[in-house]
Order: sequence, then C-alpha cells, then structure tokens
Amino acid sequence: MSGLMQRDRVYEFLVPKVVDDLDLSHGTVLYMEDVSVSFDGFKAINELNFYVEAGELRCVIGPNGAGKTTMMDIITGKTRPDQGAVWFGQRMNLLRMSEPEIAQAGIGRKFQKPTVFEYHSVFENLEMSMNGPKGVWPTLVARLNVEQKERIDQVAETIGLTEHMNRSAGLLSHGQKQWLEIGMLLMQNPLMLLVDEPAAGMTHQEMDRTVELLTGLAGQHSVVVVEHDMDFVRALNSRVTVLHQGTVLAEGNMDQVQNDPKVIEVYLGE
Amino acid sequence: MILRILKNDIGGKVFLLVLLTTLIAVPVLNQLPAEHTFHISIYTVTLLGKYLTYALLAVAVDLVWGYLGILSLGHAAFFALGGYAMGMYLMRQIGERGVYGHPELPDFMVFLDWQELPWFWSGFDNFGFAMLMVLVVPGLLAFVFGWFAFRSRVTGVYLSIITQALTYALMLAFFRNEMGFGGNNGLTDFKDILGFSLQADSTRLALFVASGVALALGYLSCRALVKSRLGKVAVAIRDAEDRTRFIGYKVEYVKLAIFTFSAMLAGLAGALYVPQVCIINPGEFQPLNSIEVVVWVAMGGRATLYGAVIGALGVNYAKTWFTAAFPEIWLFALGGLFVVVTLLMPRGIAGLFSRKKGGES
Amino acid sequence: MLIRSLIILLLLMTTSAQAAKVETGNDAYNPIFEALYTGSFTEKEQALKDLMQTDIEDKKKFLNGIVNKTLMVHKKSKKVVWVEKQGSKFKMTDAFSGEDLGLDKKRKVKKFAINNKMRSQVSALISTMDLDSDDAEKRLAAINSMLANPAPEYAGFLKQRLDKESNNKVKQAMQLGIALADLGHEDTEVRLAAIDNVADSLAPAVRSALANMAENDTDKQVREAAQKVVLEQEEQVRFFGYIETLFFGLSLGSVLVLAAIGLAITFGVMGVINMAHGELIMLGAYTTYLMQQAMPDSVGLALVLSIPAAFIVSGVVGIGIERSVIRFLYGRPLETLLATFGISLILQQMVRTVISPQNVPVSNPEWMSGFIQINSVLSITYNRMYIILFCLAVFALLFFILKKTRLGLEVRAVSQNRAMARAMGIRSSRVDAMTFGLGSGIAGVAGVALSQLTNVGPNLGQAYIVDSFMVVVFGGVGNLWGTLIGGMSLGVVNKFMEPWTGAVLAKILVLVFIILFIQKRPRGLFPQKGRAAEG
Repeated sequence: MSGLMQRDRVYEFLVPKVVDDLDLSHGTVLYMEDVSVSFDGFKAINELNFYVEAGELRCVIGPNGAGKTTMMDIITGKTRPDQGAVWFGQRMNLLRMSEPEIAQAGIGRKFQKPTVFEYHSVFENLEMSMNGPKGVWPTLVARLNVEQKERIDQVAETIGLTEHMNRSAGLLSHGQKQWLEIGMLLMQNPLMLLVDEPAAGMTHQEMDRTVELLTGLAGQHSVVVVEHDMDFVRALNSRVTVLHQGTVLAEGNMDQVQNDPKVIEVYLGE
Repeated sequence: MILRILKNDIGGKVFLLVLLTTLIAVPVLNQLPAEHTFHISIYTVTLLGKYLTYALLAVAVDLVWGYLGILSLGHAAFFALGGYAMGMYLMRQIGERGVYGHPELPDFMVFLDWQELPWFWSGFDNFGFAMLMVLVVPGLLAFVFGWFAFRSRVTGVYLSIITQALTYALMLAFFRNEMGFGGNNGLTDFKDILGFSLQADSTRLALFVASGVALALGYLSCRALVKSRLGKVAVAIRDAEDRTRFIGYKVEYVKLAIFTFSAMLAGLAGALYVPQVCIINPGEFQPLNSIEVVVWVAMGGRATLYGAVIGALGVNYAKTWFTAAFPEIWLFALGGLFVVVTLLMPRGIAGLFSRKKGGES
Repeated sequence: MLIRSLIILLLLMTTSAQAAKVETGNDAYNPIFEALYTGSFTEKEQALKDLMQTDIEDKKKFLNGIVNKTLMVHKKSKKVVWVEKQGSKFKMTDAFSGEDLGLDKKRKVKKFAINNKMRSQVSALISTMDLDSDDAEKRLAAINSMLANPAPEYAGFLKQRLDKESNNKVKQAMQLGIALADLGHEDTEVRLAAIDNVADSLAPAVRSALANMAENDTDKQVREAAQKVVLEQEEQVRFFGYIETLFFGLSLGSVLVLAAIGLAITFGVMGVINMAHGELIMLGAYTTYLMQQAMPDSVGLALVLSIPAAFIVSGVVGIGIERSVIRFLYGRPLETLLATFGISLILQQMVRTVISPQNVPVSNPEWMSGFIQINSVLSITYNRMYIILFCLAVFALLFFILKKTRLGLEVRAVSQNRAMARAMGIRSSRVDAMTFGLGSGIAGVAGVALSQLTNVGPNLGQAYIVDSFMVVVFGGVGNLWGTLIGGMSLGVVNKFMEPWTGAVLAKILVLVFIILFIQKRPRGLFPQKGRAAEG
C-alpha cells in the first residue's frame, strides 16, 4: 500500500525521458486520423479520429467488438491500418515503426490478458522491462548498477510484490500478474501508457490501488485505459471516449457520456 | 570470471569438473600398457573425442531450442559445413600424396578432369583461414537464413520444417559432383593436420583434448550468454515473443545473433569431428542427423546446457553399444526414445535432478 | 533416277500379271537367291525387291528366315533349305518343295550374309505386306514403319492402295507417306506440293527430310519453302514440348498432392505435425506388395483391392498412433514432431525386420503400361495419366467427405473451436481419432499409387516427407485447394526447370524458393482465415 500512498513523493525514475525526436510543442502526444482497418471485409476500425494530450488520463469504453483492442494494436504497431495516419508527437510516424521501435520511443502497453514472462522471477521481469538501450550487444553485456537495482526495488514496492521478488512470475495470482505487468510498464517508463482492462480479475481493494496508481501516473505520462468495468472508469474520473463499430461515438466526462442519447442507444439497445 | 559464470550452476560445475578430469585421465590411462585393466585404447580415445564433438553440437542446439524456442532441424547442416571447411583444409594437406599425385588438385577433381582449383577452394591450404571459415561459413548461412526467416516472423513448426528443408537442400546439393566437394564420396583419405599424421596416437590424443577444451569453452560461453540479460530476453522470447517485442526488444535481432552464434559452435564441433573420423560426406546433412541431435537434447534435458551434454554422450554411447550388439534394434530403441522422452520425461534426465519449477535459473 | 523410278512403277503396276509368268519351282528363284547368296550388297538389295515380285506365297516367312538364319543354302547342292538344329547337325528341308534332305554338318550349310541396311529393308518389306492386311491397325502400323525408313519406291505401293483404302486414319497416313516420298521427286512443282502436304506432320522422317531439303535442295524456291515449314514445325514441336512438360509436371504434381493431401488433413486441419506421415505412405505401398504376393496371378485386381486395404492398414496404424501418443501432446507441436519422428523410425525398422531391408518388387498391371500417341512428338503414358486421374479422384472424395458428411462437419467444428464443439455435444476425442485415421488412410492410398511409380523400400516415406510438408505449407495450411494447387504448381515448376538445371538442382531451387516464399507469406498461398493451426 505504502508505495501508492506516498503521493507527495515523485520518484525520479517516474519522470519519463522525452525522446529526442519527439516534438510535443502542440501538447498532443498521439494523433490518429482517419484510420481504418478491416479484417476479411469486417471493418474493425472505421475512419477513427483519436487524440491524446500530453499528460492526459483517458478512458476508452465501448461494447465488445467496438475496436478498442484493435486501436491499441494499431498504436503499438501490431496491426497495420489500411488507411489513415498515426503520429506520436509531431514527428514520429508510428506506421513506419516496428513494435520494438515504438516501445523504445515511449509507448508502453499492458495486454488484456496479463502476459508476463512466467519462467522468469518477478525481479527478472522487471529488470528486462527497464528502459535503456535494448540492442543485442548492450543487452548481452548489461550489468545492473546500484541505482537500477534500487529502481527495481522501488517499482516492486509500488506494485506490492517485494516479497515475491524471486518467485517465478508463473506462480503469481491473476491479480498479481496484472500488477506485475503494470510494474513492467513502469520500468519501461513510457511517455504514454496503453492499459487494456487492468481491473479484470482484481478485487475491489486491488482496483482501488490501481486507480490510485493510474491517476498518479497521469500528468507525467499520458495514460489511455480501456475498461469494461464502469465503476472503475467512474473512479478514474477522466475524459471518456466511447467507441462503437470502430469509430468514436461520444467523448467527454463520464456524466456527459452517460447521458448521451447515442451512447444509451448503443448500450441499452433501441 | 569462470566462477561468476558458473554461479548457481551446480550441474555445470560438476560437468566441467568431470570433463576436466577426463581430459587429464584419458591420455594418462592411454599411456598404460595395453594389458593393464585401466588402459584406454586409442580407438576408445577417438570414440570419446567424437562424442565430445557431438556434445558440443548438442549444446549449440540446446542454446537455440532450450533457451530461444527455435527447434532447429537443420543444425547438422552447420555441423557438416564446419566439417567440410576442415575437410577442405585436410584435403589440401594431402598435396602430392594423392592417388593421382597432382600437386594441387584433390583426387576427385583430377578424376572429374578439372583443370584448376575452383575459387572457393583457394586459401584452404592455410590452417588459420580454414579455421576462420569453419566459423564464418555456418555463421553466414545461419545469418542469411535467419535474416529472412526471423524478419518475416516464421516461428514454431514452420520454422522447424524450413530448417529441415534447408539441410535437405544442402544434402542434395553436396551430392552433386559439380559442386566441387567430392560428391557422393565426400572428402576423405586425409593424411595429416598441421604436419602431424592423423594416424598417430599423439595426434588423436591431441584432437581428443582439443574437443574437450572446445566443449568446455562452448559450454562456458553458452552459459555466460544464458546468464546475461540477453539470455533472459531469449527465454522471454521463447515464452512470450510478442510481449518481448512490446517492451522494446528487437526479437529478430536477438534470435539472429543467438542462432548465428549457435551455428558457429556447431561448425566448430563439425571441424573437430572430421579429423577424428577422417571423412566427411553429404550423409552428414541428412535430416535424420539433425533430429537425432534434438533427441539428445530432449533426452538430457532441454534448457539445461549440461543436460544436452549428458544426452549426447548417453545416446551416442547407447548407439555404439546397440549397433555393435543388436544392430537391428537400434532404430527401435532410438524411435522409442523419442516417444518416451517426449511423453514421459519432458524435462529429460537433468529434469530428474532439479525439482524447481522451470528448471535452474 | 527417272528411269529407275519408272521401271519400279511399271513393275509394281504389273505385279500380279508378272507373278503368273514366273515359273513355280526351285529353279525359278535361283537367280534371286544366287544374288542373295553371292552378290554385292547392292545386288542383294535388288534381289530382295525381286523376291517380292515372285509368287512365293509366304514371302514373310522367307524374309524372316533370312534375317533369323533359318533359311540357308546347302553348299554342295546349292539348294535353298530350311534348317533346324538337331544336336550338332542341321536337319534340312527343301525351301520350295518341302522335301526332306536329311541331316548335314553345320558347316555344310551357309547363311545369307546381310547387313543392317538390308535388315531394315527386310522389316520395311514385311511391313508392305501388312498393307494388305484386313486389320486397319496392322495396316497403320505397316505404314508407320515404312515412314520410319522412307524410300521413294513406297510412293508407288501407297498410291496403288490409296483408293482402295477405306479407313480414314490409314488413308491419311498413306497420303503422308506418298507426300514424303514425293519430297524426292525431280519435278520442282511436285516437291513444292509435297512440302505443302507434309507441313502438318511432325513425324521424325518428315522433319529430317525437310531439314535436309532446307539445306541441300537444288532449287532456291524449294529451299525457302522447306525452310519456312521447318521453322513453323520447330515452333509446333516446342509447343508440344511444353504440353508434354506440363503433363509431366502435372503427374509429378499429382504424386506430390497425393503424398501431401493426408498431411493436409492431419497437419492442416488438426494442426498435428505427423513426421510419420511418410511411413504411413510406405505402409500403403507395402500393402500393395503383400496383396500382390497373396494373389500373384491377378496383378491388376490386387492393385485395385490394395486401395481399400491400404486405406484400412494405414488408417488403423494412424488411429493407433493418435490414441497412444499424439493425443497426449495436443497443443505441443514441437513435442508432437519429435514423438512422431520416433514413430517413423520404429515403423521403418519394423518393415526392415519383418519384410526385408531391401526394396521389394511391385509389378504394374498391363493396363498401366502403354501410351496414347497424340502425334509424332507427343505421347501420353497411361501410368502418368492414371496417377493424375487418381489424384483428382482422391481429392474429390476427400473434399466431399470434409464438406458434405457429418464427420467432415465435426472435423471442421473441432478444428475451429474445440471447446465450443465439445459444448455442442461433439465427442472431440473421437473426432480427433477419426480425422487422424482419415488423413493416415489417405496416406496409405497415396502409397498404393507411389508403389506403381517408384521403388518400394523402407526409405520410401522419408523421400516424400519433406516434399509433403513443403506442399502443405506452400499451399496454405488448412486449405485443401491450396494443397492441390500448391502441389500441382510445384510439380510443373519443377519439370519446367529440369531441362535447364537438371533434376537435382531443380529440386534444390524449388526448396529454396519455398523457403523464401514461406518467409514472404508465412501462411502459404491460400492462408486460412481466422484461427488457423498455430505453430
């Protein structure tokens, strides 16, 4: 708990380094414009326009098949859109970058299904995720210095896994894996975090902690959260984007969105 | 340095200690008079030397299969290429002592009525150059192959099958006389290496020791690699390739680097194998050979480097024994081994020692 | 030249009239046989022709006798005799009267010395006699054999019979023969007309005659006409060459498809890597061998019966493999690969131990040999044709099973979503076993076909396993059409490359091509949509 409660304290490692090429002069960190992608004729994303401001916390909600995960796939380079433009800052064209390049540029992602490296210990999971040079040779000769070890310890504390530091990640509970994955995101220290359904499989207490953590991260980082759990979204108290059939249906704060007749129609049926 | 590499690696320490003892003991015991109980004949020494090169090959395969998740069914190709590079050097050393007595051309080229040495044979009279090629040729092939395969994200069984196709294609190619590698018969009738006769006991002992040292160094370098963060990333790739990509590692390059390194180790093993068995032919490229290596590793214990060594030695000893005693049964035994190991012993012999989930780390 | 032809023509036209004038009896033939016996080869050739003008009834027997050395000359009596070996002596019979002339030593009789040219002349002469046969096939064969050794004289023979000929095919062949003979005519116009007449024929004799004329004819116009036709014909020959290569390619492709199609089921639909697939093919081939051993007198029937038998043998073995090993390894493709490879070794060794380590002979029934002659440069062998048809039939049957039967429906359901299929009440483990059995059984059927084309031995399967995987992966895993098209196109590409590169290099290049192709399109030509067999 304590790690999250220390809201006054700003760890140095939690201040992301801005990549040289990234130009945030307009205050917008992510641009998705006129993006479409279809799978076998099914339009998963349809002329989507989506912007994220620097330091913003944003929730994305929408029914199943609305294109939430596909959107994340496009941002992180896993899926290439059929058309449209996706820019990170003013200068980085994400459509021309590979997944690792995008990750290195400062976009971190947590998957819907928690995927941690099960064979590795918690410590190793965090160690590998740490930002820094990730080429073959630097990785081969990498040695942990004291500062880096401290950082791993701090993150472990933040995610409450200090006691499990040397356990194999595969032995963790579902919730703990979620946390570990968030911890890995923290180690990457990205400018923008894409968090896919963080609350799934968490207890209420864990959820509260997650809310604390995510809202704490906003400001220094841009955070995009995809979530189904409306209580969780409400607790985050942020701008909300509603996706429907691959396009933005509504945007605004939670109350606005909930009262939007289009949203009601989609969620409650005609 | 070595101690740091072997930290937490009890199996490895034991293995290296046993290896070291063997490397000292075998030449000593060989010096004993022939009738002595503990005398080790030169035949046995060479046999052991051959096993050691197999063990090195197994370590190379385990590195990519156990730690990187690439089931290569083509590692025998790298082994054979290293062997051919060594064979070419040995062939050039024959000089005028060939059947046809040609000062430059190997016998089979004279037989094919070739007038001059093909360009790719030049330089192989130099030991240093040949040794360089032992590493470069398999490494380059692995690099080019991996460059295409990994970048296009061919994984799993697809990758296994195309590695098998690779070695199959190479086998067909090396069977052709026009390739300039002696066709069907391969390279043989070697006389000496660095001026020492290959028939001499001392040379054979030296080759045995060299194989042992190469195995030890190969083990240590693989172990160092596995222990490094790169090794952890490799395992991460094995377990969750996409995830590794999303934390910023260029999976393709990691695979390429380790695969190429492994191919070079296999090449080195092949180069030590050839002067001990005194022949290299296209049969070494057989897909069966590559798969056999995989069963050594599976038997010994995947993702434990010393397990690969145990598997290689154990299976090959069994093979030698069976083919002498019950030649009919060997393939039944080998086939049965494949089934039993995969069904009942997924973690091999080494898995019997360590109880910790996920093996040693 | 002119005079000689005319004489021959006259002689031919008056054959029957002349025959009556020749006296019957040994003496009448003496000049002819004298020439055959002692003359120069030119005289002998003429003598053979003269012999044809006589009224000897069984000319064929005499001609054959000369070639086979059963017709000889008794040195002392100068009589032409039939000889028959009896111990160290010859029993002699007068060739014309049939009178028994008793025994004599071998060296007392002498054969008619002939050379190769005469030998072919004799066979052509024998053919000319078949021209009068009642059997149209025989007449056609006779003409074809004359075409193979054209001589100007034949024009006469043929013209004489052309009008009487009723069979169209034979008539065409005759006209061609006449035109071919006319190519040697002195008259430029006749030669030009003849060139026109033979332009459609690609018979080797026509082509060599035309090539000769294009070079050597005395008349420029004729040369040019011949050159033009030669060029056109070369074009045609090339075209038919392509057709033939295509046919070879399709038959090779059919073999590949047959070998791969069972794999397309086990690997493609179920996602199981079965390295013992090649050995299941081998078992099918051995089943054919055993069936033929069991019924040695009816090779063809045994072959036909082998198809269901091999299906059952390989299918049962396949189900055994699935139940005992593979089902414990679902979801672990690399382990499956290793375990099934082990099984392949066991099956190979079993065949070596139980039957023989050597190749076993499997015979082809008669209806498999032979060929259809489309034209002079293109013929289609029956065994290749059958293999293509067989492949298509197996494909169609399999397609039907997968698309139209209950089993097929269940197979597809399980392969798409195992959990859901189970929830719908499909016994997925039974479906797994049945599917695997089906794929294995098809492998056995492929083995029956392969037994007719290659050596049947313990290593048969190994030779096809890499190819089979290549075909399936190339065509697109989980897609039967992909396997068909992939296999056929690989076969055709292979055959088209062979003339340039040689068979081995062609194969290597195809492998390299597939390796590169898979890297470009990891899911093959026709990737399966949705949840494919994940590697």
